[in-house]
Amino acid sequence: MNNLSTFLIFLLLFAAGTAPADNADQSESVVTEAAEEFRVQEAVDLEASDTEEDAGGSVSLTWHMEIAGIIPDSLGIMRSDPSGGEELIATLPEGFVMYNDESVDNGIEYSYWIVSYLGGTVEACSDRAVAVPSAQWIYKGRIGMLIILFLMAAVIIYYIESGKKGKELFIREIAGLEAVDDAVGRATEMGKPVLYVPGIADMDDIQTIASMVILGRVARKTAEYGSSLLVPTSRSVVMSVAQEVVKEGYIQAGRPDAYNKENIQYLTDDQFGYAAGVDGIMVREKPAAIFLLGTFYAESLILAETGRSVGAIQIAGTAMPSQIPFFVAACDYTLIGEELFAASAYLSREPKLLGSLKGQDAAKLFFIILIIVGVVSATIGDYWSPLKSVAEFLRKLVTVN
Amino acid sequence: MNWEILGIWLGALVTFCLYSFLYRDNPFYKFAEHLFVGMSAGYWVIYNIENVLIPNWWQKMFPAEGGFSWIWVIPGIFALFMIARIVPKIASFSRLSLGMIIGAGAGLNMVSFFQTNALAQVKGTIFSLASDSVWSVFSSLVLVIGVVSGLVYFFFSKAHTGVVGKTANVGITILMVAFGASFGYTIMARLSLLIGRCQFLLEDWLPTIPRLLGFGG
Repeated sequence: MNNLSTFLIFLLLFAAGTAPADNADQSESVVTEAAEEFRVQEAVDLEASDTEEDAGGSVSLTWHMEIAGIIPDSLGIMRSDPSGGEELIATLPEGFVMYNDESVDNGIEYSYWIVSYLGGTVEACSDRAVAVPSAQWIYKGRIGMLIILFLMAAVIIYYIESGKKGKELFIREIAGLEAVDDAVGRATEMGKPVLYVPGIADMDDIQTIASMVILGRVARKTAEYGSSLLVPTSRSVVMSVAQEVVKEGYIQAGRPDAYNKENIQYLTDDQFGYAAGVDGIMVREKPAAIFLLGTFYAESLILAETGRSVGAIQIAGTAMPSQIPFFVAACDYTLIGEELFAASAYLSREPKLLGSLKGQDAAKLFFIILIIVGVVSATIGDYWSPLKSVAEFLRKLVTVN
Repeated sequence: MNWEILGIWLGALVTFCLYSFLYRDNPFYKFAEHLFVGMSAGYWVIYNIENVLIPNWWQKMFPAEGGFSWIWVIPGIFALFMIARIVPKIASFSRLSLGMIIGAGAGLNMVSFFQTNALAQVKGTIFSLASDSVWSVFSSLVLVIGVVSGLVYFFFSKAHTGVVGKTANVGITILMVAFGASFGYTIMARLSLLIGRCQFLLEDWLPTIPRLLGFGG
């Protein structure tokens, strides 16, 4: 009994002796947690690296935010360069964990760190990370496209060489282009001018380039027939190119004396200003043939309707899907989309251009097969998984990031 | 003078001048046309100087922080070549600039055109036709048949006879249906432009008449 009492007393004394020590640990832990709780979150694991597969001039930053602590109002991206100059390059709202610095020069080592703002003052600062931006030659996301382009180029070269060797390259009839000579002939018979409108885009547009090639043919025909050719343009560079092309056409026809530079004039860059100007030319000059070939936007119907009202035969062509309906409705012949690009080969019959057209047809055939195989394999793949991967492979082949 | 009313009246008069073309060509339309062409040409000259020439060339050749970047002399020389057209003896120099513009335009566009007009379309067409909904299967079939037959229509190496001809006919039919839908949609957008002009005349211009005559506030 005595032993039991002694043991109980010992236990009580032990409990009384250890209690203050536990309380001290607990309070220390509470203080630490409170400190953590009142500390502003800091950006951690900051990584800076050259942005991959780009033309240089860019550094990618990624980081995480600490879990504990007060959420900052915003984050500041700080940068320093070898000269020692430090600057704030961006302020981001809280929650961002990545940033691309696009204001760097290649080959220079930059140091980055992130500061956390609370109430307008810097409350925390991350460790530093360094990176040297550089340019890469190869963008892997476009390798599939490169392969297809190489294959297409090889097929085009093959057909060009075949054409040069005298192999006859067949091109089907394109009604709108067959009518070009007739339209110029009609204008000659009526003693009226031919109006050629090359659209409102500049010379860096493929459609305008295609239009200039057709203009060369029309110019040669007007020179041969002795008609006058009017070319109002919406871009100064297009005017210069048109003058060169028309001059060349007149020289080829043996009529350089008939070339009149003043007939190829610049009106204005403004879309509807140009439309108003061309409409004015239509109603005053009353051309017998109007060519609307190139890039057109909302002015297409204004031009085509006015051309129709003056009784001209109209041949239009554009690759702008939203404008083709207006040309179909208001013009006698319409070159739809790619027919405009095929025109140069069709009209000139040059082996080089015909070979190119043949090569493009081969590419179309390739895509038709690709689509049919892809759709069939994707559909059957829903029931038989091995074919699913075929469809996925084909999709990947034509994916460009 | 109330400049606001003057602006409204000028806008209304030029609108009437332009709409007079609906009757026939006349001096009022000619006036509005020449005013429009002349003003817009002048506007674009200044716009190009202010927004293209100065920021994209001059300020890069002579940066704000000082110095001189000689590389920008090269585009300047090409620009001078373009102006050389006005001197017949050296006019041929302009062909160098034109060649550069056309070559760069064709080269740069080739990649983006091929990407958006060919590869992206092919990728978007490779999908499963299987679906629980009959309507969805029908829509998918129309899409795939439309794309394939449309491509056949733009196939220039074969005459449109036999199977190729029939497939191409399906292609052009689907294209025409799409053009019809696009036509109607765009006409609606054009009507909204007309409504905007009518609203200007009725709500902005018309109320100024009684004000000018002293009847309004």
